[in-house]
Amino acid sequence: MLNRDEDILQAAETWQKQGHGVALATVVESWGSAPRPAGSSLVINDDGTFLGSVSGGCVEGAVVTEALDVIASGQPKMLEFGVADETAWNVGLSCGGTIRVFVEKVG
Amino acid sequence: MKLEILKELNAERAARRPVIIVTDTANGDQRLVKAADIAADPLRAELSKQLRMGKSGNVEVAGKKLFLNVYAPTAKLVIIGAVHISQALAPLARSLDYDVTVVDPRTAFASPERFPDVPLVAEWPDVALPPLNVDHYTAFVAVTHDPKIDDPALLHAFDRDCFYIGALGSRKTHAKRAERLRAQGAKDSDIARIHAPIGLDIGAVSPSEIAVAIMAEITAQLRLPPKEKEEAA
Repeated sequence: MLNRDEDILQAAETWQKQGHGVALATVVESWGSAPRPAGSSLVINDDGTFLGSVSGGCVEGAVVTEALDVIASGQPKMLEFGVADETAWNVGLSCGGTIRVFVEKVG
Repeated sequence: MKLEILKELNAERAARRPVIIVTDTANGDQRLVKAADIAADPLRAELSKQLRMGKSGNVEVAGKKLFLNVYAPTAKLVIIGAVHISQALAPLARSLDYDVTVVDPRTAFASPERFPDVPLVAEWPDVALPPLNVDHYTAFVAVTHDPKIDDPALLHAFDRDCFYIGALGSRKTHAKRAERLRAQGAKDSDIARIHAPIGLDIGAVSPSEIAVAIMAEITAQLRLPPKEKEEAA
């Protein structure tokens, strides 16, 4: 698959230059019918504004919340979301897939 | 991601040069590898495979889990000739995620009625091609059958090192074309890069089938490792 959705990385650079705290969340693995392939990413700033997509909408809210923590702490995190995964997260992928998302601070 | 890495990544993407970001997902350590530096990289086998597939993925090396995130430019397809084959080729290429442009100075051919939703440039190649920024990540096909249009376009494709160059015509037609291009200063190594007759030999008859043969050949050129590519040719 050829990349088409990367202008969000330009936004990440712009936000950073404007003085925002910025985090980058990237799908590193996906199984089953997860809608977005590895490499898909979401860029989040400290306002909670985000661009891009890691799941087509199912888990973005949870990723943004975690990203705000990552911006505050500077420590990267690995998140995992799956339809049957009720212990760690209250959100699931309605499509029945599983994804792992790496969240890191920019800068 | 360090700001320097992000800036470099954006600069390489803007220049349409492929980049891979290697991340140690245990601790966030990260580095950027430019396509030109892959050959000298300790992970060259893994990196070149992921880049060829245009696909991000995970590898485990020396106990470390690494995520290889591939940023490959969107491939372009430039079609010289708004002919019947191109009417089938353009939508097929778009469905394969290519950015397609059709060039033909003959306005009767290059009409929006014949090519709905496809960017059309009704100019001669010397005017049409420079603004298209034809580059290595471009597949280039010349299908007008008219040397006045195809030949200058092919010379441009040689200059820009397109990953695929194809031209319509039988072996006999191609031999004549090679003579003309040589007379205009093309090197033998350039001429050898032209796929002609164009497309994989699948017995294609209709314009749509010829389009499939052409896109199959372009896909092979994009995705296969060099050795298997020779065998397929």
